[in-house]
Amino acid sequence: MNFDDTQQEAEFRAIARKWIAANAPKEFEEELSKSSLGRIRLAKHDMVEVGKAWQKKKAEGGWACLHWPKEYGGRGATPIERVIWQQEEGVYGKLTQPFQIGEGMCGPTVMAWGSEDAKRRYLPKLASGEEIWCQLFSEPSAGSDVAGLRTRAEKKGDNWVVNGQKIWTSGAHYSDYGLLIARTDPNVPKHKGLTMFFLDMKSPGVEVRPIKQANGMQEFNEVYFTDVVIPDSQRLGAVGEGWSVSLTTLMNERMSIGSRLATGVPEMFEFCSNLMLEDGLAIDDPAVRSKLASWAVKASGLKYTSYRAISALSKGERPGPENSIGKLVSGLMLQDIATYAMDLEGAAGSLTGTDEEQANGQFQQMLLSSPSMRIAGGTDEILRNIIAERVLGLPGDIRVDKDVPYNKIPTKGR
Amino acid sequence: MNFDFSDEQKQMRDEARKFLSEQCPPKAVREVLDGKAPYDKALWKGLAEMGFLGVAIPEQFGGAGAGHLELCVIAEEMGRALAPVPFSSTVYLAAEALLIAGSDAQKQKWLPKIASGDAIGTLALFEGHGNPSPKAIKVTANGGVLNGVKKPVADGAIADFAVVAARTGSSGRESDISLFIVDLKAGGVEIKSLTNIDLTRGQAAITFKDAKAEPLGATGEGWGVLTQVLDRAAVLMAFEQVGGADRALEMGRDYALDRIAFGRPIGSFQAVKHMLADMYVSATLARSNCYYGAWALSTNAGELPEAAAAARISATQAFQHCAKNNIQVHGGMGFTWEFDCHMYYRRANAMALGLGSLSYWEDALIDRMRKKNAA
Repeated sequence: MNFDDTQQEAEFRAIARKWIAANAPKEFEEELSKSSLGRIRLAKHDMVEVGKAWQKKKAEGGWACLHWPKEYGGRGATPIERVIWQQEEGVYGKLTQPFQIGEGMCGPTVMAWGSEDAKRRYLPKLASGEEIWCQLFSEPSAGSDVAGLRTRAEKKGDNWVVNGQKIWTSGAHYSDYGLLIARTDPNVPKHKGLTMFFLDMKSPGVEVRPIKQANGMQEFNEVYFTDVVIPDSQRLGAVGEGWSVSLTTLMNERMSIGSRLATGVPEMFEFCSNLMLEDGLAIDDPAVRSKLASWAVKASGLKYTSYRAISALSKGERPGPENSIGKLVSGLMLQDIATYAMDLEGAAGSLTGTDEEQANGQFQQMLLSSPSMRIAGGTDEILRNIIAERVLGLPGDIRVDKDVPYNKIPTKGR
Repeated sequence: MNFDFSDEQKQMRDEARKFLSEQCPPKAVREVLDGKAPYDKALWKGLAEMGFLGVAIPEQFGGAGAGHLELCVIAEEMGRALAPVPFSSTVYLAAEALLIAGSDAQKQKWLPKIASGDAIGTLALFEGHGNPSPKAIKVTANGGVLNGVKKPVADGAIADFAVVAARTGSSGRESDISLFIVDLKAGGVEIKSLTNIDLTRGQAAITFKDAKAEPLGATGEGWGVLTQVLDRAAVLMAFEQVGGADRALEMGRDYALDRIAFGRPIGSFQAVKHMLADMYVSATLARSNCYYGAWALSTNAGELPEAAAAARISATQAFQHCAKNNIQVHGGMGFTWEFDCHMYYRRANAMALGLGSLSYWEDALIDRMRKKNAA
């Protein structure tokens, strides 16, 4: 048991470190290292533009999407080399945010199901950040039950005509392409009537509208489709095979979202170390210590769980299912930590101004944003189902709509 | 990075699991539970023959000289099987104290007997309510004899010797505390068995009346040694706890698959599935913290104090969580004497206290994290 690189890994790390030292945009280092929770904002620069520049440089040096094959814009690196790269990229990895959906979900789906022409045309530009991709799966009435989606695609000659609405699309407003799942046959059971496409987000009839979220921010979008034409050549997988195709995407979603998770523990530890209560520092209070310790061991447990996964990769094995616990643990923890930090502040805990004396309103922001952590990319409940069914081998839920034609499934509860 | 046990260590785990499933089935645990024996003597002998008692004891002292990673592997299996033997008292506490502070002669005297199963040892630390603290130690050591009462002492009624923390000064500092070895079969020692929630592990009160005691380590350095012993034992106990947590989770899972209610396996209801998923999460976090503790223990890393506290807290929580919800999954049957669920529940809650309670270790973790952050 050790934390050492193999010789090969150490050599790879040295090369990566040297390249990053020579090429990283150091002018943003300080700003990036400060933004530990939530979305990244740069005071005087556009995040997407800075991200694109870094991604382009990485692509030129052979470091973009490095685990992809060379012919599709990658480096042909092993999974463990990808992890080493991410460790070395450090805070600059935050600049990859606009490309994560493309790299983590859309790219792998195109790679698995696209034609050779499509792969050569789209993947290198996705990898280099020249073209940004988004994912169009969720709908207002199809979230956890995404197979219940309503957006229709109808065949007209060599094209498909799409009508409907998607929601929770990160980055739709700056994306060039989108991965879209739509219903092509409403007369068969829901999983069997779906087909996967990709489309140009500038196509006529595509309208992107920002969503004003519960936390007051606008990070996601709704996307409306009105008679949008998609050529049949942009279909991924067979007609009616969309559900199988989507599983490629969703499996990758859970892997990629789980890799860089905030827990809130370092921030909370720092906060309690400095917060003066009536009887002294918060961190000297036994009740505070007890809670802090429980959160700290969850955070360290997640960290060492990821080390176990990395070790499996290093040996050429697939990481085990223990990796699926990350978001489930950290989402709820962020919410609990925020609530408790504010409790310690008393009545002033409700104030959100960044000039407030304690912690610049970071926990207030965390409180308002954390509900989304427990929903996006698989709700806590769906994640528990996945653990129960795939890890523990418990029976799947009883699905009353499984064999019912989609257009016969009830659409209203009462 | 290789943050995992080696193939040889995993092989040892498989051997230990096989051995314990044959030699320590629930039926054997129940012999002790029902008071028919104070501990499983045959199993104790068998563990010695397998080399498990001395796995981390150097060869020069009669052990296998394998190491602490191997001991972690065995500890997990002992926890899974609820082995009703004085393993933790003898191996994690007494043997570790000897290895850290013992003279060559003391090591020669006791360690080979521990490895061969001929001597049971324990640590006599607590004196009534409260957590480990120099102030709580009232037993006095003067002129080579001890006076006072220690309780509870794990496995005190079956132990041959004890490492005893006693007071040799009155300055109010840690340097007031020294360690001693006491032969519990000699004069001046009265031992009384105490009933406790875990009927498969004995507790005792030991009264010393001018009992002859031999210093273990230098006078005034007892608390420092004790802190090291507790940290090392915390990691090893945490592996036992993770083993117990995993087994309780498996029992709950298996029952949820077999038991039919409302016309379907109860494991198909989300209320039950989600309870089991949460148990899996606890057990996984604890296991990962334990692995880090095992690394720190086996390399004597500077990170050991923090790693040990984290492993202890995480594993205590996981075992308690899994043991309690295992009963819940079983419903009424889980509350019968006949089903094994209560044995894990008893063990989980007794283990949560035996080395200092959860709040003690939470406190220790925060102190240690602060120290690291300040450095």
